Amino acid sequence: MNDAESIVELIPRLRRYARALTGDRAAADDLVQDTLERAWSKFHLYRRGTDLRAWLFTVMHNVYVNQLRAARPGAQLDEEMPELSQAAHETAGLELRDLDLAIRRLPPEQREVLLLVVLEDMSYGEAAGSLGIPVGTVMSRLARAREKLRAMLSGLPSGGLQLKIVT
Amino acid sequence: MDNAPQEDLELKALSQALHQLYDPVLEEPVPERLRARRQRWRAPAIAAGWAILGLCAGTIAGWQLHASRPVIAPQAEVPGFVKRAAVAHATYSPEVRHPVEVGADQEQHLVAWLSKRLGATVRAPKLETAGYSLVGGRLLPGDDGPVAHFMYQTAQGRRITLYVRTEAAGNRETAFRFAAEGNVKVFYWIDRKLGYALSSADLGREDLLAVADAVYRQLNP
Repeated sequence: MNDAESIVELIPRLRRYARALTGDRAAADDLVQDTLERAWSKFHLYRRGTDLRAWLFTVMHNVYVNQLRAARPGAQLDEEMPELSQAAHETAGLELRDLDLAIRRLPPEQREVLLLVVLEDMSYGEAAGSLGIPVGTVMSRLARAREKLRAMLSGLPSGGLQLKIVT
Repeated sequence: MDNAPQEDLELKALSQALHQLYDPVLEEPVPERLRARRQRWRAPAIAAGWAILGLCAGTIAGWQLHASRPVIAPQAEVPGFVKRAAVAHATYSPEVRHPVEVGADQEQHLVAWLSKRLGATVRAPKLETAGYSLVGGRLLPGDDGPVAHFMYQTAQGRRITLYVRTEAAGNRETAFRFAAEGNVKVFYWIDRKLGYALSSADLGREDLLAVADAVYRQLNP
């Protein structure tokens, strides 16, 4: 399989990650489209034999960061999003739609780390490579993301996430 | 790092929930606009699949040959830069919001900038007589360095693009050559230190040739 075919195979994965990242179908596909265009124009920078998926996620990360900066000029990437209101979380058990909402209320750079590690199953090292940050930063952002999710979903500062394993 | 069993369990549960939420995206059909991109993507990659239409000089014997203009020659192999030009055309010509980096309203700046980056005098030919006006241009990465990319369109919005790159010193001038892949057709030639590729997805071969001729005349008055 050549590089371009490999990229085509990865489009559904890029779409899934973009959907989780943006929470919006059209915005996600815009992100994927911009990523593919940029990937092509920068393809000479891709080193053959290295992980193409990780490289594409790097490209998507850069496009995403640029989009955020364009949308919110002057804003810090680690700016806190508003917390979910307590009223929305009166039910004890976790609803998936609550999780979806909660993920989008994470600061973008924590959301990226969480999704790369937990959804995309990247190692800390791979996630660090894709995002261009140290491994220690990946670990601390992941810990903060999980802490925030716990707080938002349970309404408790450090209570356990009310998740049941579904098999 | 706390790897207590409870922590692992919680991560596993979170992972399952995330997959439940977002895995359905994997099964969705890829939307047309990404599929269209995908087909354009495939084109340059499958080099062997390139349908190369070598033009026999004889088939266009009726073409009015200008004394100093290159004739169309049968060709051996499509150079890499022509494929890049076709991909650049397919990538940027459908673009609505950002077709070019620098618009025609700043043509002087555009041409000066691209000339500086390519290290050679680049000009944007005027193609109004052929029905095309300049939209603008952009800098692209080529095989060996920066490449200039100009876009033109008709009043109806049909677009052609001109890809201009500096040639290695050893490359000789060539005749007009023709290549096609899918619906992107390209005429390309080398003139002095620059290589040119003119691409269109709308025009037939003969019409594109007429524009290529106009480009060549503009650049060689």
